[in-house]
Amino acid sequence: MLSQIEGSKAVADAVAFCRPEVICAYPISPQTHIVEGLSKLVKTGELAPCEYINVESEFGAMSVAIGSSAAGARTYTATASQGLLYMVEAVYNASGLGLPIVMTVANRAIGSPINIWNDHSDTMSQRDSGWIQLYAETNQEAADLHIQAFKLAEELSLPVMVCMDGFILTHAYERIDQPTQEQVDAFLPPFTPRQSLDPDHPVSIGAMVGPEAFSEVKYLAHAKQMLALERIPELAAEFQQVFGRDSGGLVHTYKAEDAETMVVALGSVLGTIKDTVDEMREQGHKIGVLGITSFRPFPLQAVREALENAQRVVVLEKAFAVGIGGIVSSNVRTALSGIQLRGYTAIAGLGGRAITKASLQKLFTDAEADQLEPLTFVDMDWELVERELQRSQLTRRSGTAYEHQELNPELVSAQLL
Amino acid sequence: MFELRIHGRGGQGVVTAAEMVSLAAFAEGAHAQAFPSFGSERMGAPVVAFARISDKEIRNREPVMAPDGLIIQDPTLLFQVDVFSGLKPEGYILINSSRSFAELGLGDLSSRHKLERLLTVPATEFAREHVGRPMPNAALLGGFAALSGVLSLASVSAAIREKFSGKVGDGNVGAAEASYTYVQQQMKELANA
Repeated sequence: MLSQIEGSKAVADAVAFCRPEVICAYPISPQTHIVEGLSKLVKTGELAPCEYINVESEFGAMSVAIGSSAAGARTYTATASQGLLYMVEAVYNASGLGLPIVMTVANRAIGSPINIWNDHSDTMSQRDSGWIQLYAETNQEAADLHIQAFKLAEELSLPVMVCMDGFILTHAYERIDQPTQEQVDAFLPPFTPRQSLDPDHPVSIGAMVGPEAFSEVKYLAHAKQMLALERIPELAAEFQQVFGRDSGGLVHTYKAEDAETMVVALGSVLGTIKDTVDEMREQGHKIGVLGITSFRPFPLQAVREALENAQRVVVLEKAFAVGIGGIVSSNVRTALSGIQLRGYTAIAGLGGRAITKASLQKLFTDAEADQLEPLTFVDMDWELVERELQRSQLTRRSGTAYEHQELNPELVSAQLL
Repeated sequence: MFELRIHGRGGQGVVTAAEMVSLAAFAEGAHAQAFPSFGSERMGAPVVAFARISDKEIRNREPVMAPDGLIIQDPTLLFQVDVFSGLKPEGYILINSSRSFAELGLGDLSSRHKLERLLTVPATEFAREHVGRPMPNAALLGGFAALSGVLSLASVSAAIREKFSGKVGDGNVGAAEASYTYVQQQMKELANA
């Protein structure tokens, strides 16, 4: 049924249709509306049987999720930003133990400086945590990916993170083809755990492993995640059969056939990129798009096939690795090893800075003319940066490079003296 | 594609207003998108929300930079925030005020925009009267439906009832209807002037 609803509600409803038995979460912007929606469904009895557990922190949330999943319950949680960082130790344990927890991350910047707005810094920090990471382009895809995520997680016995852009998706109202309970039940079988803790048959899980087998255990985790490279496209096909929609998969290309320039990105910015590409196509530019849905496991082969015929690749990233630059682009470069083409990394949208069609068109046009630096910052205020660099050289006690600089650097430094 | 930007302050229902625009457009069979731009999440802080209406799927997620329509829920923002930024020459402006554009010090806007598309409506007063609270958002949507014609009053009313049930819904629909009639009257007077 078509509905005009908020992204968070679409996700809460989709998760509820998956019949989770335990939901444990701690509220943090911009994830809040999702867990509020779910707690309401549990409270009213619409989602039953399900226990909603208010925890004292995100570390508690993931720890409870580990416990309930290990006991054989279908388990869901959601977080964002600092909340994800706060649960990191348990995040690694969940994947190490092979527990099929599904977690939404409403993507948000991480501090310091504190910033509540969207970028991909939070989930990118957990790309090597052993979790599968799927990035949603629209709210429809966000809802659909959760349904696929439970099936994928439980088949492989691995946790899955569904990443959706905070505010841009979570707080956006748009048209959603909402799944029905019957459809979800037809697609997602009841959870049969690979392992479950049972007081009548006590076992330990998560025992210590020494140097004699640690590498092997890590390799097995890798081998298991690699299975997802086959399973994700199959699940998308099965999903299409039941729901009639193309959602999920490893990657999506757009106008890529004859493209000389390919733009690579993850998440909701793909929509703005596609509109920009449409306008540039009308002007005769040979430009196309590769959207990566599965960032972990990283689909090296699919990315290589999508990009190998291009002359240049622009990777647009909503996260920035201080000390090197791009994160997605490093992965894309691995996929393209041995292929000669020009590669550009463009950092955009950090801390909620709007990514506009005008800025994208300029970026892509500069790329076509090969006038980009290998590492480019979209809409950077270089005047502010230069001023701050100079100021910090002038005086030892220059203070921190925070947003106050924008207001009045002289005043800030005067206060520090 | 019709692009709308709504300016107001935290607590005035700015975000809800944009959501109701999208609900009304959806009810009319259109594709619609609504999303907020939060600053500090607190009462009284300037807030902007956006809505897009189109007959095709809406993929663009940039903020509305060149709006076809502007709703200004709080006239104290007029000289604090660049509320008119990017407004198209043929764009619509509806300001929540009982004073005219000239009285608000906005007389020069009429040289750049179509005079008959620039109106004020005492939405807070309609809200006080019909809802019992100074929440101008629903009344402004009724007025904007009359001014722009992009949405019908019926679908705006249905959207209001989707968000607010019972007496609050009735009151807000009443405020929207009063504002719709008020704006229609203003437009007639302008046309005859």
